[in-house]
Amino acid sequence: MSLGVEEPASAEPDRPTAIGGSTRFVPGQSHDRITVVNGKVQLGQRLVDLWRNRDLLVLLTRTELKIKYKQSVLGYAWSMLNPALVLGIYYVIFKVISKTTQPHFAIWLFCGLIAWNLFNASAMSSTTVVVGKAGIIKKVAFPRELLALSTVAVALVLFVIQLVVLVVFLLAFQLAPDWPALSLLPLAVLALIVFSGAVAVFLSAVTVYLRDTQHLAEVFLMAWFWGTPIVYSFGMIEPHLARWHLTWIYLANPIAPIAMSFQRAIYGQTSYTDAAGVHTLLPSWGLGGYALMLSAILIVSIVLFLGALVVFGRLEGNFAEEL
Amino acid sequence: MTAAIQIRDISKQFRLYSEKHTSLKERVIHGGKMPFTPFWALRDVSVDIEQGETFGILGRNGCGKSTLLKCVAGILKPTSGEIRVRGSLAAMLELGAGFQPDLSGRDNIFLNGSLLGLSHNEIAKRFDEIVAFAELEDFIDNQVKFYSSGMYVRLGFAVAVNVDPDVLLVDEVLAVGDAAFQRKCLDHVKRLQREGRTIVVVSHATDTMRQNCQRVMVMKQGQVITIDEPGEGIRVFLADLLGVGAAEPGKDGSIRGNVLAIGAVHAEHGGSGERMHLYPGESLTVTADIDALASVPGAMATIAIHDDAHELVFASDPDDPIAAVDVPEGGGIVRFHFPEVPLLDGTYSVSVGIRSTTDTAVFDWKDQVTKFEVANPTRSTGKVRLPLDVSFRLRGSATTGEVPAVTSEPAVLAGWEEPSA
Repeated sequence: MSLGVEEPASAEPDRPTAIGGSTRFVPGQSHDRITVVNGKVQLGQRLVDLWRNRDLLVLLTRTELKIKYKQSVLGYAWSMLNPALVLGIYYVIFKVISKTTQPHFAIWLFCGLIAWNLFNASAMSSTTVVVGKAGIIKKVAFPRELLALSTVAVALVLFVIQLVVLVVFLLAFQLAPDWPALSLLPLAVLALIVFSGAVAVFLSAVTVYLRDTQHLAEVFLMAWFWGTPIVYSFGMIEPHLARWHLTWIYLANPIAPIAMSFQRAIYGQTSYTDAAGVHTLLPSWGLGGYALMLSAILIVSIVLFLGALVVFGRLEGNFAEEL
Repeated sequence: MTAAIQIRDISKQFRLYSEKHTSLKERVIHGGKMPFTPFWALRDVSVDIEQGETFGILGRNGCGKSTLLKCVAGILKPTSGEIRVRGSLAAMLELGAGFQPDLSGRDNIFLNGSLLGLSHNEIAKRFDEIVAFAELEDFIDNQVKFYSSGMYVRLGFAVAVNVDPDVLLVDEVLAVGDAAFQRKCLDHVKRLQREGRTIVVVSHATDTMRQNCQRVMVMKQGQVITIDEPGEGIRVFLADLLGVGAAEPGKDGSIRGNVLAIGAVHAEHGGSGERMHLYPGESLTVTADIDALASVPGAMATIAIHDDAHELVFASDPDDPIAAVDVPEGGGIVRFHFPEVPLLDGTYSVSVGIRSTTDTAVFDWKDQVTKFEVANPTRSTGKVRLPLDVSFRLRGSATTGEVPAVTSEPAVLAGWEEPSA
């Protein structure tokens, strides 16, 4: 709730002075800060509060990781089990059963999955985080958005681990990424984080009022996954999309261009040739085209994030009662 | 003085749902309609709490005092109105709120401190102090789930008070730990008071209020009944709680109906004139001067006795017909007579009240206006001299052979009378 509007406090000559003690009560400084609690908290103030409490975000994230993975190497290895299984299953289905001829198909899969996992993990855990931390919310005042953001941070940590595994894969297969295209990655990751944050903040607040959001989100995310070029390639379905003029609607899914940027940068190849001819994997935009796409997504994500904060702020007021 | 907390027209409405739909499925099925009864937990509460003041909020369960505290803390959002808090604030609504059982004490100190608004560096600076205060040096790296409830609460208190807030909100949590730790907590609170910090305490323990607070606010059904110095505030609260008369908030927050007023109150006992104290079992007479602006037929006189720890020892039945007195215009003297006071050592204070029978107005209540002292000459100890018989008989005999041993009848006491008597 509102650790609200800060105002410049008037000078006060009559403040009590400290008595004894070294770390005690120094008049002035932050002690003159005025906090206002009322119905409305301005968006700007929310952002300031979030920034002020960044230490708390780090701690909440660390707490979550500690509880989940017990701070052990084995614990983190365990966290890789799920992504590894997913990767394995799709690999078996497409390589062994449907006999795709795409070279290094595992790497291709991994590039898209790693981006998707960040989004998916933060969205899924954001649906339980506020309800799960009801004890804290009812008794302590702090910017509650941090709970949602901590799910993104946790997902980000797992993302980094997966990225390391991916690099190991590249070394093992002796594959080089597309070096110039790698410059797209920071922008892609940033856009992905901001977009995931927007979704997480929104979902975490809505779940308090509609507890079945969790299950709806699960189904919705599954559909979303298949609407994103991860297992298949954008080049594969583009002709079909173009026939119905759906290409841009398809690309309006922010995860799609982000995943494609990952594939472009790490997998590197935009097409491959087999006995049947040339297969396009990725559109032949220049790197500038990708960068433009990603910038647009980043801007939209920032707007969505601010919108999510506003929605969160409206719903948050009654958290302590609803939980 | 500047106000540390300004509370302006705070109202808080809760919605009581007969049936709550918490999922989209249910909402769709019921067409999105959710009938509810509005319940006002707080209604237009306004108060300024000064900097450096220790302010008490008294009230029965469900009067809205905790809700108000949560609004000040920023946990609940008021339906209307505004609260301004100057400086940093820490709320102790529940000790150890937000502790993660799976984390060590060390990690929990950092997490809890952060939740209360400290930065990582600030916590690191105070870490040793917190651990020492909680007396948990040996267990700080153990998981909190293996802590005893006492250790848990101690750690929670240690973190909360070491946050060094300008404003500290306390909700009936001071009674934690063993006696030694309790004293430590109280000492710490006293130090915070001396340092000029603002403390808001919510409780229904009147003695804590009397000892610690400069002002007390009494609440009832979400409204402020009175804001006054502790003696007066506690009088109003007790008057309400003990059924001496339900105090209604008047226009100026005072108790209405001052037709009758209590003047001088005197206590006389069996030894009056000769000695200052009375012996257990002696009589006590309390007289109270009543001034009356008009004649009041059937006013009810009540009396209460507290010990020196401000614990209530006795309060007369407010509806007992023997307490009914017809007060003529001009007034008179009410006499309360206890034929026997079976109390043991101590200083006791007497409170006297008078209220109307026809409605619930309290005319007047003098809180702890006079004192009397009881000195116990025997070696029995405790609070009350219970009438006691001790007898002895031989095992074999059924009914005969009773040997009276000791009786604590006044006859025994008579031997202890003053040598001069």
